[in-house]
Amino acid sequence: MWRVGTVVALHDETVTARTITLKVPDWPGHVAGQHVDVRLTAADGYSAVRSYSIASAPNSERRVELTVERLPNGEVSPYLTQEIAVNDRLELRGPIGGWFVWRTQQTEPIQLVAGGSGIVPLMAIIRSRASGSTAPFRLLYSVRKPEAVLYREELQALSDQDHSLGLTYAYTRVAPKDWPRPAGRIDAALIANTTWPSKLVPTCYVCGPTSFVESASRLLTASGNDPDKIRTERFGPTGERQ
Amino acid sequence: MSLDTDDYLDGNAAAGELSNIFAMDVTAAQGQCAHCGAIKRFAEAQLYMQGPGIVARCSVCQHVILRLVKARQRAFLDLRGLRCLILDTSQLQESGR
Repeated sequence: MWRVGTVVALHDETVTARTITLKVPDWPGHVAGQHVDVRLTAADGYSAVRSYSIASAPNSERRVELTVERLPNGEVSPYLTQEIAVNDRLELRGPIGGWFVWRTQQTEPIQLVAGGSGIVPLMAIIRSRASGSTAPFRLLYSVRKPEAVLYREELQALSDQDHSLGLTYAYTRVAPKDWPRPAGRIDAALIANTTWPSKLVPTCYVCGPTSFVESASRLLTASGNDPDKIRTERFGPTGERQ
Repeated sequence: MSLDTDDYLDGNAAAGELSNIFAMDVTAAQGQCAHCGAIKRFAEAQLYMQGPGIVARCSVCQHVILRLVKARQRAFLDLRGLRCLILDTSQLQESGR
């Protein structure tokens, strides 16, 4: 079933990523971690559907925020990040997914691992936690370069006010000056030093491009985490889910 | 059998399309592979969407567990690769069905 949402706000997160805030009158509510399908239809009837994670925490205002990363040869993301305007309407299907979700009743330690725009559904989880949960959280956020970090100020503020949200950035191409770790992919040492010890039995949520998810979940398993406690969501090699 | 490409997604990406067919969310459902017997969440299946339809493969043995093709106002759903699909019916009680 397709619903119609109206764009009420647009916010550029980085030079290539934009957050679209939609008001969806018949929105049934969502759980942190879920996604929606967005359908664009051209004048000649051609339509394209893409999946985007919801960035906003569950709320009672029927408000849905999507953060979309523009892909060079994308069919849908250039429109969503450059053309769309306030008051435009978008067709949505969802909320979708009952597995890659975090519910406020969960009290166990949570390990979040994001690759690039894989941070988006994890941000919904972090925002959902901020509404009153005290579950201990850690985020390991792998990103190409400092300018590509999404939600940086909000993450910093949340982590400053509540030390049970641990925050680690891993830069893969360019690290800031004096950064303790040279630019590079997530490896076993980083997993050992910055994620919850497996003896605490954390539930892990890993989201990002397919190859990132494969390698991060392998490292988490190798460091002693039970594969059944690792929930994954893959964006595909291009970062655009089709 | 192994596929040496990584151009797949996972079962989460098929959930929107499958919501047109199933009354319940399938990503959290467990499916047993008819080939190797592994029981895994559908969210963990390897999903290929580049072709004319959707193909889901077992994340353990890579055999096809689901095929969905839509053509001429019909949906063709082939589930012969799944021995059993185990759904959490507490969802239905929540929504009163």
